[in-house]
Amino acid sequence: MPKDHGIGASPKRREDVRFLSGTGNYTDDINANGQAYVHFLRSDVAHARIKSINTDAAAAMPGVVRIFTGADFEGVGGIPCGWCVTDRHGEPMQEPAHPVLAQGKVRYVGDQIAAVVADTAEQARDAAEAIEVDLEELPAVVDMKAALAEGATKVHDDLSSNLCYDWGFVEENKDAVEQAMQDAAHVTTLELRNNRLVANPMEPRVAIGDFNRATGDSTLYTTSQNPHVIRLLMGAFVLGIPEHKLRVVAPDVGGGFGTKIFHYAEEAFCTFAAKAINRAVKWTSSRSEAFISDAHGRDHVTKIELALDADNNFTAVRTDTHANMGAYLSTFAPSVPTWLHGTLMAGNYKTPLIYVNVKAVFTNTVPVDAYRGAGRPEATYQLERVIDKAARELGVDPIALRRQNFITEFPYATPVAVEYDTGDYHGTMDALEKMVDLSGFEARRRESEARGKLRGFGVNCYIEACGIAPSNLVGQLGARAGLYESATVRVNATGGLVVMTGSHSHGQGHETSFPQVIAEMIGIDESMVEIEHGDTDKAPMGMGTYGSRSIAVGGSAMVRATEKIIAKAKKIAAHLMEAADADIELKDGTFSVAGTDKSVAWGDVTLAAYVPHNYPLEDIEPGLEETAFYDPANFTYPSGAYACEVEVDPDTGKVSIERFAAADDFGNIINPMIVDGQVHGGIGQGIGQALLENAVYDENGQLLSASYMDYAMPRADDVPFYAVDHSSQTPCTHNPLGVKGCGEAGAIGSPPAVVNAVVDALQSGGHDVTHIDMPVSPSRVWSAMQS
Amino acid sequence: MYNFEFEKPASIADAVAALGDEDAQALGGGQTLIPTLKQRLASPSKLVSLTGISEMQGICMDDDGRVCIGGASTHAAVAEGASAYPALAALAGGIGDPAVRARGTIGGSLANNDPAACYPAAVLASGATIFTNAREIAADDYFQGMFTTALDEGEIVTEIKFPVPEAANYQKFEQPASRFAMVGVFVAKFADGVRVAVTGASEDGVFRWAEAEAALSANFSADALADMAPAADGMIADLHGTSEYRAHLVGVMTRRAVAAAS
Repeated sequence: MPKDHGIGASPKRREDVRFLSGTGNYTDDINANGQAYVHFLRSDVAHARIKSINTDAAAAMPGVVRIFTGADFEGVGGIPCGWCVTDRHGEPMQEPAHPVLAQGKVRYVGDQIAAVVADTAEQARDAAEAIEVDLEELPAVVDMKAALAEGATKVHDDLSSNLCYDWGFVEENKDAVEQAMQDAAHVTTLELRNNRLVANPMEPRVAIGDFNRATGDSTLYTTSQNPHVIRLLMGAFVLGIPEHKLRVVAPDVGGGFGTKIFHYAEEAFCTFAAKAINRAVKWTSSRSEAFISDAHGRDHVTKIELALDADNNFTAVRTDTHANMGAYLSTFAPSVPTWLHGTLMAGNYKTPLIYVNVKAVFTNTVPVDAYRGAGRPEATYQLERVIDKAARELGVDPIALRRQNFITEFPYATPVAVEYDTGDYHGTMDALEKMVDLSGFEARRRESEARGKLRGFGVNCYIEACGIAPSNLVGQLGARAGLYESATVRVNATGGLVVMTGSHSHGQGHETSFPQVIAEMIGIDESMVEIEHGDTDKAPMGMGTYGSRSIAVGGSAMVRATEKIIAKAKKIAAHLMEAADADIELKDGTFSVAGTDKSVAWGDVTLAAYVPHNYPLEDIEPGLEETAFYDPANFTYPSGAYACEVEVDPDTGKVSIERFAAADDFGNIINPMIVDGQVHGGIGQGIGQALLENAVYDENGQLLSASYMDYAMPRADDVPFYAVDHSSQTPCTHNPLGVKGCGEAGAIGSPPAVVNAVVDALQSGGHDVTHIDMPVSPSRVWSAMQS
Repeated sequence: MYNFEFEKPASIADAVAALGDEDAQALGGGQTLIPTLKQRLASPSKLVSLTGISEMQGICMDDDGRVCIGGASTHAAVAEGASAYPALAALAGGIGDPAVRARGTIGGSLANNDPAACYPAAVLASGATIFTNAREIAADDYFQGMFTTALDEGEIVTEIKFPVPEAANYQKFEQPASRFAMVGVFVAKFADGVRVAVTGASEDGVFRWAEAEAALSANFSADALADMAPAADGMIADLHGTSEYRAHLVGVMTRRAVAAAS
């Protein structure tokens, strides 16, 4: 019988009551007394020198408080990058300055030229139109390979080229991989593009800067996945405000998907301007603005080669990627195509030799950074596509080829520097095969053909590294931050608990799942536990939520703090029952003395902690509040096998997804319903990338898909009902809950299955199509069928 | 959006008078105009709403058997009320989403003449007549290219009269993002011949596909159009598809419309 509470139960999400009834408290719902509004004048050209900015007429417009330009930020730090990648030659990456407002040049359509602060948002916008900007347009650098050509226009004049870094991994394996390619019985090569995406969270970004002249304290309300990180980056690197004078609040946040990790110029601007004008300043992004100012995702151009021996064992993988950084380095941009991508190139397979080369390139486009999966979808997509192509070339079953090459012994040290602690790739593939009814596929194909449609089946595996990350390891790899998490557990006198966590929930359901863990540990009802997050004045420190790290890292910190609480509570209970500490047992919210019928309730102990009349004051302090920091020993490695069945209309090229199945191994699961939802959402985004979404620039650096008229988001009727299975569970060995993280898996694991299925469908119709770039749009499918 | 004056007259005469002001603009359901204003891409001095004019509402049948639709009728009203012309009602019921259909009007759609709008295909294929406050205009004379019509400044589409064909059908292939017609084909079979109008595909907006009309007038079956497609030259090419793809889709959608209408 399924559990009805604690770990493994599926209580409904308590936060949904406010989200679904319109009573959430989002950043745009917050209004400071007397706040002014800012409108950013953004560049409508991709690359230009700023010759002059005349704000005289604009400044005289009604309601204008003050107009800021780059000149106002000359003494202020730039937006920092949080990760420094070292290149193949041991040199640090090229790192351009990233001013809050443009100085000297604009470098992408959307770059901020000036900011108008006025009494109303409309007045600010009116005045922005009256600013006279004299721009000397420069050639736009859009295509990555052209950007690296000799004599290419430079995005940043003070850098030696548009190359951010040329990264080789593992550089020592390069020659051996080349040799393996030469020695191989078969090499399959595939060139592909991982399409650029716009994250499009339902809630656009918002920032409110406030300054208290009486105390000198600054407050920033912002749509962030990690308010403490924003406090650190903005306070220490941009504005020079120490943590104790700066509070950052990220209240309810309507989806992040990665693009709300980063510290953005608008946040620094609002905080800076509020102090400058001694008045709160609010910015609310429009959807149009979001398209040209939220960091984009993906945008890799890759060539991958897979070498196999005569028995179809994988002997080597070599991959060569150009990764678009956009015009500036967003917070974690350099890490995405390197440490979050190269380290995943072993996938689920025991390939002995791997070499990854990544050239990160500056272009006159919106900065590119992490988007759900961040590097891991790019790794999975190319690997699982080239394996499928190899299977087709060799005439072998794609599932059998994968199974033959699976890693089966754990822990497993890959040739790309990570150690998988646990996994059972045959187990997830078995679970997948049970769901997909492969034996019935031929009949379904014939039924489709009878209706003039082509049916295809595609499968892929995935491995990901999440629960980021060991601080000492990532420090060696270039991270400029630690990646631990903290939690404070406060027990109140009458027994209720408040957990102040550095993890941030923006759709993940922490307010429901985190209490389940504590309820399990103490044996009390979840309703006695409240989760506080999103405020730097509450949790001691936090690295936030991304990289599927909340339960694995934040949850572990909460467990450690709760263990301290229980240890102290047992001492109090021992005192109350005049027993030895070691004899105290806690079960179902009751402390008892082993082997006796003596017991005290949880509430009696918590009350004693705050009303210490009968209390071991000589040994322990009153009160019951503990803090723990948890730094993971390793990444966690969720894995799985996904399958997609499509129908292609050969007349129009339109692909419809008929079936989709996902078998994941997430280790132990706290709330199966929430995990199902995470997988569903991830698959939806993966299908969006595979079939629909595409951020496209023209040669002048204009974003052609800058609204929903041209940027196709997946809708309910684009996706099928999913079959999901999480029964294959190999718990993580190095965190206390044995959990692995599930937030990104769906987006990582689904795109290759879709494309593999489309290729299979076209092949079944006699079309010699071996690859179609995403999005696999009707036009692209039809065009591929014509050639 | 920029500020503007707003009027909501109760009669066509008052609306025409209100539109006489410089830079005044008519407002139907606002499904194109309001987003345009929000983007600050237009700055009319005054908006004259046409939705309060009762003589522009309603759907009826005239003595010649034509379905007559008031210019201010919403898509939802046409989907519900044009049952005498099922293909037209189905087209109206497939425009946008429920929110769009609850606000958007047939007159607004025709006055705007978006090259990817659905209604122009129905009007042109049906050989409908567009009535304005000043005159009546045959469909063949009305559509004059992308966003261009025979309407004069301030002229209001008050009513559209549709002859009802013996058989008709509209097939739309949606652009993946906007879900406007990437290609939409309306086929209408009358006693004296077949008319085929195509929306979404051409750089010149809605057009009649003469070759298909000739073939179908001789033999009203999808087979009569086997492998036929208009020339790709002049078809829209954008990030959603090439001109060749759109030309091909015109053939496919026409065949499907004929098959569904037969």
